Amino acid sequence: MKILQTKGLVKSFGQTPALCGATMGVSRGEILAVMGPSGSGKSTLLHCLAGILVPDDGEVWFDGQRLDTRSDERRSELRRDRFGFVFQSGQLVPELTVEENVALPLLLGGARRAPAVAEARKWFGRLGLDGLEQRRSGELSGGQAQRVALARGLVTGPEVLFADEPTGSLDSVSGEIVMNLLTAAVREQGTTVVLVTHDARVAAYANREIIVRDGAISTLTGVEA
Amino acid sequence: MSVPLTLLGLLEREPSHGYDLKRDYDTYFGRGKPLRYSQVYATLGRLTRDGKAVPGPVEQGAGPERRRYVITDAGVADVEEWLSEPAQPEPDLQSELFAKVVLSLMLDRAAGRYLDIQRAAHLQRMRELTDLKSRGDPLDVLLADLALFRLEADLRWIDHTAVRLDLLAKAVRR
Repeated sequence: MKILQTKGLVKSFGQTPALCGATMGVSRGEILAVMGPSGSGKSTLLHCLAGILVPDDGEVWFDGQRLDTRSDERRSELRRDRFGFVFQSGQLVPELTVEENVALPLLLGGARRAPAVAEARKWFGRLGLDGLEQRRSGELSGGQAQRVALARGLVTGPEVLFADEPTGSLDSVSGEIVMNLLTAAVREQGTTVVLVTHDARVAAYANREIIVRDGAISTLTGVEA
Repeated sequence: MSVPLTLLGLLEREPSHGYDLKRDYDTYFGRGKPLRYSQVYATLGRLTRDGKAVPGPVEQGAGPERRRYVITDAGVADVEEWLSEPAQPEPDLQSELFAKVVLSLMLDRAAGRYLDIQRAAHLQRMRELTDLKSRGDPLDVLLADLALFRLEADLRWIDHTAVRLDLLAKAVRR
């Protein structure tokens, strides 16, 4: 059963084509690595899968329903309620404490502050962040900041976690710690992961990889779509 | 890897019987390729002949005759020199990957498809090694990391080559 699927995705930015008929799928609970050279369209594919971008042509399906034809508002709800995100460089809010950053998706979803922060704190021990709750993002190392970003991505218990180069700004040891924590957490929760990376050692944590080349999925890796 | 110098290094750690050397070699360095006893004793014989180690007196016991081997100063100097030298940095320059790509291009076969298949095989092996790291002891992790970084280097070469096939084809075709 595919939780996410695309059929013939086409997306251009002005005159520049980014996706040219990308067809692929992700099974529920799978960790899928999306690889490919710079500019191949892998981040555009992730943004279309997550409903951040709407394709010019083709279809995106999530949990048996069309995603790309929904309104902006409905896609925002979906991203808030059922998806989680981790990006290359944490993108934490510098004015907030670390625990407020982790609780942010819950607060944006309408949760009250006290239960949201309590839920956020559950992640600190699991991700080796104990004692950092009251710090600001500027007081964290790169590896700590990415673990906070990971906690924020997982705090709502998303069905799909979208991770775009989650270790791209880290050294290899810090990256390994983040990937070990990420895979342990998502396997425990049964979360599906779409992991965009150019790093083969990061992709090796996935169950399977697809290669995006010139806006399409390499035939060798796209056969399960 | 040099088996004689590795055994000599183990002897520098402490004087040992052939049996101990085999056990320690297999534990730390063998990784599924254990040494044969005959290989251990033949190597100890050569190290003795070359003045790198000396056998101690025969020790009587319940089992077969045993001698404890001791490293000499010349042996210590060899180990020290070996450990201070870099290993050959280009051991795989003429690797099978290289040969297959060049031959595919020469024969006008699908070199790009070969590289895709090789990439998938490399990534599969990297998945296995990553899984091993999550379960292995620290030595397994150290060895798996060495293999992972080497496979990653191959993959970078594969990706780099994949985008230059047209240029390379011109260089090798008649």
